[in-house]
Amino acid sequence: MRFREAFGAAFDALRANRLRSALTMVGVIIGVASVVMLVAIGSGAKQEVEQQVEGLGSNLILVVPGEFSFGSAPAVSRLKLDDVDYLGRVVGDRQAVAATVTSSEEVRVGTRSEYVTVSGTNENVPLVFDRPLARGRYLSAGDVATRRRVAVLGSEIATTVFGDLDPLGRQISVAGVRFRVIGVFAPLGSAFGVSRDKEVDVPVTAAQRLFGVDRIDALAIKAPTVDSVDELQGRLVAALEQKYPGQKFSAVTQTQILGTIGTILGLLTLVLAAIAGISLLVGGVGVSNIMLVSVRERTREIGLRKALGARQQDILLQFLIEAVLLTSIGGLIGIGIGVGAALLANTFTSLPAAVAWWSIALAFGVSVGVGVFFGVFPARRAGRLDPVVALRTE
Amino acid sequence: MTAGPATGAPAVEAIDVTRVYSLEGVEVQALRGVSIRIDEGEYVAVVGPSGSGKSTLMHLLGCLDRPTSGVLRIGGREVAELSGNELAALRNSRVGFVFQSFQLLARTTAVDNVALPLVYGGVGRKERRERAVQALTAVGLAHRLGHRPAQMSGGEQQRVAIARALVTDPQVLLADEPTGNLDSRSGGEVMAILERLNAERQVAVVLVTHDHEIAERARRQVYFRDGLIERDTGAA
Repeated sequence: MRFREAFGAAFDALRANRLRSALTMVGVIIGVASVVMLVAIGSGAKQEVEQQVEGLGSNLILVVPGEFSFGSAPAVSRLKLDDVDYLGRVVGDRQAVAATVTSSEEVRVGTRSEYVTVSGTNENVPLVFDRPLARGRYLSAGDVATRRRVAVLGSEIATTVFGDLDPLGRQISVAGVRFRVIGVFAPLGSAFGVSRDKEVDVPVTAAQRLFGVDRIDALAIKAPTVDSVDELQGRLVAALEQKYPGQKFSAVTQTQILGTIGTILGLLTLVLAAIAGISLLVGGVGVSNIMLVSVRERTREIGLRKALGARQQDILLQFLIEAVLLTSIGGLIGIGIGVGAALLANTFTSLPAAVAWWSIALAFGVSVGVGVFFGVFPARRAGRLDPVVALRTE
Repeated sequence: MTAGPATGAPAVEAIDVTRVYSLEGVEVQALRGVSIRIDEGEYVAVVGPSGSGKSTLMHLLGCLDRPTSGVLRIGGREVAELSGNELAALRNSRVGFVFQSFQLLARTTAVDNVALPLVYGGVGRKERRERAVQALTAVGLAHRLGHRPAQMSGGEQQRVAIARALVTDPQVLLADEPTGNLDSRSGGEVMAILERLNAERQVAVVLVTHDHEIAERARRQVYFRDGLIERDTGAA
């Protein structure tokens, strides 16, 4: 029998049992929809984090004390402010080294207050990172040298404490100490619902006094060229370990951070897809089950078709197409729902969902595959039925 | 008595054929050494009580089953030497079946039911329809082409089934109690059609029946008992 006739017979059979076909498809629909949606959320998260890491600047190297690892608390820092000059000589450009020491502190104006991240930094931040100002100026070398109590506000915290007032030149209190606002950052947006516009930058010298510390948490270095990043990374660590004998330091590049994030989020996406894949598998078992019922119900029809000259493979093809039709129609509907849900999540929640085209192709391919895999067993059974026995079945 | 002249060439031939079934471990001898030759254009009634082996013979003659031992030739070809696909092709082209319960596809129109064997014979869509319409016209159902089985009487349904059996121009038409589910009037019509087709088309008709009146209308009667041919009025 030609493919077209087998296709027609399979389609008619599905149409004759509309409700049963629809219910069988539901399993596949749920499976495919969740694969598409979860992969969209996973790859959306990955894209967003990567954008943010890339948005920090270019050719960045981050130097921290101890071992660098995601998710574990940083070691107690032994870095000092004079390491800026020290590493500046290693790089050959003092302006390429930015220092930070951070703490969460209360920022207050009148009765309005909020706890935010206060970063003590030096004047090199605008040269090292890409972080444009909306108004005013950034901290100067003089501000850092003279421990001047001036502050640059993130766009959101500026609105929170000043409302519609122009913050430039006004006073804020940070942990009870008064600072004068000299600049406001341009908005950066938020990552995973956490705003990056709530940061307050003050001179690192002032911050150290405010926090009661003499350490620096981390140093960020901008390599002169892309090609010098890897080489510089090694030299920076070596220089620090020479200066502080017996102590460990680590340097990570933007590429390494991206690679680590990519690996973690890629794995997360894979795990999500695999969990969703299980429901697809369950859907496949449902298809197999309903196909077995269908073969049993239509035993006489199979016997008749054989009596009229159908070969084993004609019957097999007819039932296999029926199973594949079930799963591929279910797959298409599931893709539609998954894409729709991802777009909705994008519009109405902070979940960044990016529909990956490969996941759509994969989901459709898998649903066809599930149809073949779970359809073959019932279809072979149909094809092998003895026509004499089949015709006698009531 | 209406029956076309036999032309002499054997359409089907069985020589000392046996068929043993194993039903839940118990061996049942359905046929215990049957020899029969049915020539082209013959009209044979097969008569006998239930379980006497007539249905088994029909299945063998129709290539639905293979003998346990003995020689079975359909259209000159030895069944034992044929593969499953070759048997299917033989069923498709040489044999037509008419069943007691019609066995039409319920959701399918008369013309598509009749065209079904041509689908498996690899005939193109247009030619399939033409031949199906011809076959339906030959059984007097040209006005029922688009009807589904549920929209037709039992007699009409059986005539659709006869059209389906004839559409591939087979050498043998195997009818298993074709009037068993019909009232006497439609039964009579169906018998008349079978007899006319036998006469006009030289197709051999093998008719299994309980009804002695119907059996008597055939030129030749074969009586079965306990898996053996008890009497064959046409045996040489």
